[in-house]
Amino acid sequence: MTDIQGAIIRDKSKKIKISRNARSQEVMAYIFIAAPLALFLIFTCYPVFRAFYLSFTQYDILTPAKWTGLENYKRLLHDELFYITLKNVFLYVLMYVPSMIIVSLSIAMALNKIQYAATTYRVIYYMPGLTSSIAAATVWIWLLNPEYGIVNQILGYIGIVGPTWLANSSTALVSIVIVTVWQGIGGNMVIYLAGLQGIPDYLYESASLDGANKLSLFRYITWPALKPTTFFVVTMSMIGAFQLFDQAFAMTQGGPGNATKTPVYLIYTSGFNELQMGYASTMAFVLFLIILTISMINMKINGENSIN
Amino acid sequence: MKLNTRKNVIGNSILYLILTIFAIVMILPFYWTILTSIRYNEDMFSLPIKWFITRITFEHYVSAFTTVPYAKYFGNSLFLATMGVLTNLFFGSLGGYAFAKLKFRGKNAIFKVLLSSIMVPGIVTMIPQFLLLKNFPMVGGNNILGSGGIGFLNSYWAIILPGAAGAFAVFLMRQFFLSLPDDLAESARIEGAGEFRIFWNIYLPLTKPALAALSIFTFQGGWNNFMWPMIILSDPEKYTIQMALQSFSFNHATEYGPMMAASIVATLPIFILFIFAQKYFVQGIAFAGIKG
Repeated sequence: MTDIQGAIIRDKSKKIKISRNARSQEVMAYIFIAAPLALFLIFTCYPVFRAFYLSFTQYDILTPAKWTGLENYKRLLHDELFYITLKNVFLYVLMYVPSMIIVSLSIAMALNKIQYAATTYRVIYYMPGLTSSIAAATVWIWLLNPEYGIVNQILGYIGIVGPTWLANSSTALVSIVIVTVWQGIGGNMVIYLAGLQGIPDYLYESASLDGANKLSLFRYITWPALKPTTFFVVTMSMIGAFQLFDQAFAMTQGGPGNATKTPVYLIYTSGFNELQMGYASTMAFVLFLIILTISMINMKINGENSIN
Repeated sequence: MKLNTRKNVIGNSILYLILTIFAIVMILPFYWTILTSIRYNEDMFSLPIKWFITRITFEHYVSAFTTVPYAKYFGNSLFLATMGVLTNLFFGSLGGYAFAKLKFRGKNAIFKVLLSSIMVPGIVTMIPQFLLLKNFPMVGGNNILGSGGIGFLNSYWAIILPGAAGAFAVFLMRQFFLSLPDDLAESARIEGAGEFRIFWNIYLPLTKPALAALSIFTFQGGWNNFMWPMIILSDPEKYTIQMALQSFSFNHATEYGPMMAASIVATLPIFILFIFAQKYFVQGIAFAGIKG
């Protein structure tokens, strides 16, 4: 009898304890997430809305912002330089993202096959990814030197007269693609490698027994299985690539002519050199919408079930 | 059977050959940079180029450190990157723990919103962030309405504060905490331990690999950051190493020796980190990539 009573009392006190725990747990949880949440609201959420507002104003910091309605957007429609920068960055993305995917996936597949020294190779391929955009830009200015640079020297060995790379408006953007691919391969290769290791062997074995050749193994097993990985790599590379700035700023200062001027470059100069904060926000917002639209399209094509 | 193994050996050799050629391509820029940085100018500008070195000089390193106060910039960047690591480790693991192990209303919704900020391009928040920091009330000569002074501009706070508790840090730590069992907390709770103690004494020590990976990424991000410090910092005394490197190579465009020496110095801390924590670099990237 007393045993049962005791058990009931114990049970009750346990319940009270748990519900008190649940409440204190909730309070503590809010305290725990307070800093990231506050910083998110202040430095990401609010600025997005403020950028949207600023895009309808004229603001030079010194005098109060003046509401000008759609004036900035109208100006943008006829801004030839903005179109040039958009064209440049689209060209850059079209060269950068596919070559990045092809190279890092091929390398990852090769590394996944070999038995010896895989770690050594992986470390070597990863190394360029450690360099800062500025250090890489500085180094490649020298490597791409038309006269004394090793790139043109090596091209010379096989009978090719190398271009003047950064000084030529038709090769300057390609030079930036080379540098950024060199830097970006390592990280994406590691992501692909992890994706490849997640594909079960029996898929390949049974397909091989059915007489599938290497190409169809890739087409029907590897590539579909890596779809979420590719989606992730493409999304992140694209968001980064559309905001190209550092290398264009350090290697070519946007030149020659405007051949390597990017939207971010233009936003930077109109915002912080010319103090046209309103117009710069308009450009930033339009670029944001472009990136968003392309990410959405990418999600529609590739991403269906890869975000969980 | 025999034919098969021979085919395999040939296939493997070709694979190794391709991987080795590619490895040389990837590593050649490092070799050439190091070579240039310890080479006399006469050897640097001679044709055909010499692939190996016969004599060594350190004059380029000396000139990189004496033309500009490079050591000071190195220290500035070290400070900024370290602060970024410390704040992100603390707030990231605290937040990540809450999202993984505690029950509270709105958990999933808040997490999703927070995570979405990873997808917001930095360019769209750049100008408003700048204005916000400039008009921050009660600092940098500003009055309570945030006008009159420069706020947080030209201050390290403007670099540390916005990134002190990044969504990526919270996300990475949450993923790791999710992989740890729940009942550790349950039993500690029954014994009456507070939530912070459960987090700090029981769970946090188990997350060393994740903390290592997060430290590395945050340090690399902070150390390599260029555009934002350039916008914020106007006092040359406060410049970061990347800003210094960029302006050096812009102002001394033909002095390739010092440029290469300075580039190597600006890359060294990340390389040292990589040598000691290579495992965590790779794990962390794969982890973030797969779970993303």
